[in-house]
Parts: sequence; structure tokens; C-alpha cells
Amino acid sequence: MSSTGEAALSLVLLGNPNCGKTALFNLLTGSRQKVANYPGVTVDRKEGQLTTPAGRQFRLLDLPGAYSLNAASIDEEITRDVVLGALAGEQRPDMIVCVSDATNLKLNLRLVLEVKRLGLPMMLALNMTDLARKRGITIDVAALQRELDMPVVNTVAVRRGGASDLLAELESAVPAKPPGHAGARPPAAAWLAPDAADVTATQREVRRILAACVREPAIDTRFDERIDRVVLHPVWGLLILAATLFLMFQAVFSWARLPMEMITAGVGAFGEFLGTHMPESLLRSLLVDGIVAGVGGVLVFLPQILILFLFILALEDSGYLPRAAFLLDRLMGTVGLSGRSFIPLLSSFACAIPGIMAARTISNWRDRLATIMIAPLMTCSARLPVYALIIGAFIPQTMVGVFNLQGLVLFALYVAGVVSAMAVAAVLKMTVSKGLQHPLLLELPSYRLPHGRNLLLGLLERAKIFLLRVGNIILALTVLLWFLSTFPGAPEGASGPAIQYSYAGMLGQALEVIFAPIGFNWQISIALVPGMAAREVAVGALGTVYALSATGDDVAGQLGPLLAASWSLPTAFSLLAWFVFAPQCLATLAAVKRETNSWRYPLLMAGYLFTLAYLASFVTYRVALVLTGGGHA
Amino acid sequence: MNGALELISLFDLPQGHEGTVSGGNVAAAGGDAARELALRLYEIGFVDGERVRVVARGFPGGEPIAVRVGGTIFALRRFEAERVLVAPLRNGRAKP
Repeated sequence: MSSTGEAALSLVLLGNPNCGKTALFNLLTGSRQKVANYPGVTVDRKEGQLTTPAGRQFRLLDLPGAYSLNAASIDEEITRDVVLGALAGEQRPDMIVCVSDATNLKLNLRLVLEVKRLGLPMMLALNMTDLARKRGITIDVAALQRELDMPVVNTVAVRRGGASDLLAELESAVPAKPPGHAGARPPAAAWLAPDAADVTATQREVRRILAACVREPAIDTRFDERIDRVVLHPVWGLLILAATLFLMFQAVFSWARLPMEMITAGVGAFGEFLGTHMPESLLRSLLVDGIVAGVGGVLVFLPQILILFLFILALEDSGYLPRAAFLLDRLMGTVGLSGRSFIPLLSSFACAIPGIMAARTISNWRDRLATIMIAPLMTCSARLPVYALIIGAFIPQTMVGVFNLQGLVLFALYVAGVVSAMAVAAVLKMTVSKGLQHPLLLELPSYRLPHGRNLLLGLLERAKIFLLRVGNIILALTVLLWFLSTFPGAPEGASGPAIQYSYAGMLGQALEVIFAPIGFNWQISIALVPGMAAREVAVGALGTVYALSATGDDVAGQLGPLLAASWSLPTAFSLLAWFVFAPQCLATLAAVKRETNSWRYPLLMAGYLFTLAYLASFVTYRVALVLTGGGHA
Repeated sequence: MNGALELISLFDLPQGHEGTVSGGNVAAAGGDAARELALRLYEIGFVDGERVRVVARGFPGGEPIAVRVGGTIFALRRFEAERVLVAPLRNGRAKP
């Protein structure tokens, strides 16, 4: 049993969706995991390190959830190809740990039997055994072990120590890898797609095994069904959904206020500290006006992003998200989408990129393409900094009934995005995909309380992604912009602010010709250029442009009041309308290129979004001009 | 069992009612897509003799339907539910 000199064996976790597989993965690996993509595709590849109490090392791979090896989605194809050893760049696993929901073996065991036929070393983890016990389900593990001819262990993925049986089994059951095994790995297994007779026979076998090993009282479904009677109700259900989303966005604004104020104060103090302790120089200008003002102004929105993701992850964990998909399926079907589009689109509220990637769970290509094309219309969190800045500067903090006016405006912007997405999807339905039927086949899992550790790990993952984006792309662009707006310096005896004579000023003034009809001044036009890389950069860019062009010293953290003083209300509204539509994100377009494997769709997307943005801003600006009595522009 | 009763499509089973899946029909017809769908329905448990119950219906048009099969609820669209034939139970109304 010595682990010295032994290469880490590779394990995969394989199981149905909703069997608690990822929670088990989190329990086994803790924070020692890394998330990447499978080569060539963007299905999440989660790998982690696992060390047994005796010191045995394993590499653990969390495969995408699958109902069957007979794949109906890209996720399932990945799972099948990994266990078959047929995926390029991925070694065939040494051992498979099948994870099954112990409360739902009738559904889960079929996959176990299917995988067993591959003949790989394998064991079964009966997960959620605590719930099974609570429901009066008794499983004769010894008998099940005999019937399946593989080790069977109980696990409770949401409890500390809930995988101790699994770890103990790993200590003893795994054959030591033969020395010099590299290259001596088992060849790819042969696998034939089953036909109806195969599946029927397997299902009969499942029922025979269940009869022999599991005693289950009549399923007590009252708890779930009492909730579902309300949650899935056509009227109450939709009201609950609307209320949930509304609460989510109010929370994003109100809970985040305190941490945001703290970050603003901290960043401001840091900039001031640098400003007073460094000699007047280009370096000081770069640090204070470029890096601290730019990145600090973006970092401040991390609390909002985390709160948003806390809601999304909790809704996902609780089992509510698929129910929202159920509620919206027919409504989304009228514009040619499926209920499954809902989850990618909801993710797009955080960022279009994970949303576009999540569209892989939609097995139908046309549904998927439609979902991808409208994903950028969902108000992503990168737009929040822009919205928050402009709303904070131009919309008063008054209460309308019980609601905050600022919150209402934000809500209206989200609604505008959703409504236009539906309109675009409807147009796609009428032109591209006429009268085709796509399967839904969506599982509505039992309700569960979201689990703290899983939420935390999920949040950490998002925070890391956001901060890395801030750290890399945004920092680079802020510095580039600082350079563009600092050089060349103003000529002798110049009267305007220095930035007007810089490269950025020239570019902005050139763009102003295009943007003047929709009310944008040259400062905004400049900020839109680096904003192409990521929308939130526009805020940092405005900060840089205004910090550099203003004559006072106190502009570092005070962008909002400055904008309120220098922009008209129609300009502010026009910019809000612009950000509802604008294709202001090269990363999104790159993701679309990758996901559709063609330049056609990202170019199409950029074209239609730019057109919509310009039209919307134009209408908004003109209407607002008339309403505010500022008749001409 | 309910051999005497007529078979109806799962989509036509009223909300809250129970039925028994009648096998040997879902995979009978259609092209590749229809066969794949039928296989998947088998795989997730819509096999001969299995009890099913319509838990909820969507809006508008009563579509999709949420069906309990075994210990799981699946949401199916109309054309998917119509691939499954069921024999309604005589006293099909489940206790509230």
C-alpha cells in the first residue's frame, strides 16, 4: 500500500445530471481544482487532486452529467469520448467512479449498467444516502455489490467526511499501476450505439436489481409537489419568477452599496497617497491617472457581480432554475427558443461568454445558434458599471412607492434588453428556422437547500474569472489608453485640456462625427474605443479621459458628479440606450467565433447589434431632447 | 391491469391523473431524430408498465407538461409527450 514512487492514477466521476456529482467532486478535492476547457470545445473540464488519508494520490476528473453514453448533447459526447479514450488529448481513465443519486436509483442505475459493459475498473458511489434514509429507502449494499460485481460505497457529498467510505475503498480497491505503464494504457474501448431492444433489456435488468436490493416505501412526493403546484402554476409561477428576478436586481444594488463605498474610499485614498508621496512625473501620472483610477474604478463592481452570481448559483443548486425553464418554455417557444435557452440567457446576465458557452447544453443547433445570437442582449455584469455610473449621476435617489427610482431605471434597462432579445429571436425564427420541432426533455430535480461550500467554490471561480479579466485585458487597455491620451503632449501655449491634442483626442474627435447625431461628445467617443475590449473598460476610460482633461485635482474618485455637470440628460439616456445593444465586447465576439466555428456569425452579430444600438440611441436622444425642451443639438 | 382501457397519448393525460406506459410503441415510427428521441425516452424511464403522472402543465396551451416517472419529474413538449402511449388508471386522480 505504499504510495512512494507511484504515479497518480486517474479517476473520473461519471453520473446523471443532478446526482450531486459536482458536490462530491468539491468535497473530494476542496480548492485543489482547476477549471479549463476540453480541447477545441468549451465544455468545462474540472480536474482536481485527491489524496487519501494514507497518502495515495489521484487525479480526479469531473465529467459533464450524462443520462446515457448514447450522446444527445455535446456534454454527453465529451463524457462518452473520455471514458472510451476517444477524445484527443485526453487519456483513458484508469478507473471510473459512477455517482448515483441513492434516492433515484431507478433512473441512475441504467447508466451504471451501460458503463459497466465497457469493462473498465469501476465502482459505484451511492450519493445522498442521508436523504434516502430519511425517505425510508433501504439499500442492501452488499447485495447491490454482488449484483453489479463492483465495489459500492455510500456517500453524502454535502457533509464533511461524507466521502470517507469512498476514500477507504480507493485505498484498497485500486490496483497499483504497473511500473512503466505509460503507453501501456488500455486501448480505446469498442462501443456500439444501443437500439431499443438493448435499452429495454437494460431497464428490465435495472428493475430486477432494484427488486433484489432496494426496499422503498411508496415515493413520498408530497413536499416537492406541494411546492410545484404553486411554483409551476401558470399564473403564480410566473409571478414568483418575476418577483425573484426583481428581488435579485434590487439586491444587487442595495446589498452591494456598503462594500462598494469601502472599495471606492480605499482606492481613492491609495491614489491620493501615491499622488502626495511621489514626485510629479510621468510615472506618477501613469500610476494614479492610468492604473489606479482605471482598474480601481472597475474593481468596485466586484460586490455586485458576486451578489448576482450568489443568486444564480443558489437558484441552480435549489432546483429552481429548470423550473423557470419549464415555465418559460412555451413563451420562449413562441419566439423560437426553448426553455433550455433560459439558463444560458440567465448566465448571460453575468457575462455573455459563459452564457454562450452554456448554450452547449442545447442539443439542437438552431436553438443554440439563436440563443448565442441574442445572448449579448442580456444585460451582462460588465454593463453594470456603466449603468451604475450614469444612473448614479443622473437619476435622483427618490422613492417611487416602495421602490428606489434608480433601481426601477436599472430594471427597465434589463427589460429593454430582454424584450429586444425576444424580438430578434422571433425574427430569426421566421427567417432561419421555420416549423422545426426540438426536444426539451428537461429534468426537474427534487428541491434541495443550496449548500454553502458549493456556493462558495462557485463564487470563488467567478471572482477569479472577473478579477483575471480586470487584471489582464483591462489593465493593458487602461495603460494603452493612458498612453494614447498623454502623448503627444499639448503644444506650447495651448488653451484646451492636454488630452484634446493627444492621439485619443484626435481619434475621439474623428469618431464624434459619427456619434454626434446620437448626442455623444468626444470624451464618450474616446471611451467607446477601449470599451470594445470589455464594456466595463468604458468606465475606466471615462475616468481617465476626465481625470486628464479636467484642471482640478479632486476628480480621481468623483466621476459621477463630474459627468452630471458636463453631460445633458438626453446624452446620458442615449448612452444608456447604446449600452443595451452595442457589440462592445471583442471577447464575446471571439467566443461566438469559437462556438460557431465560423466568422460569419460573430460578424453578423456585430453588424446587427451596432445597427440596433445606433438606432436606439438616436431615437432615445431625439425624444429626450424634445421632452427636456432642449430643441436642437 | 388496465388492458381493457384505451391507450391515449401522454399529452392527453389530464393534470394530476396517473397512467401506465404501454411499451412497444414509442420507437415504432419516424426518422433518425424520432428514433433517437424514442431511445432517450426509454433511457429516462418511459418503459412498458411504468407509472406516470402529469404534475403540471405549462402556459399557454398546456405545454410543456411536467411528468413524474419513477422518482423523477421530466418536462416534455407536446410532440415528445405524444411519443408515449399510456393507459389511464381508472381512478386516475391522485390524492391531493
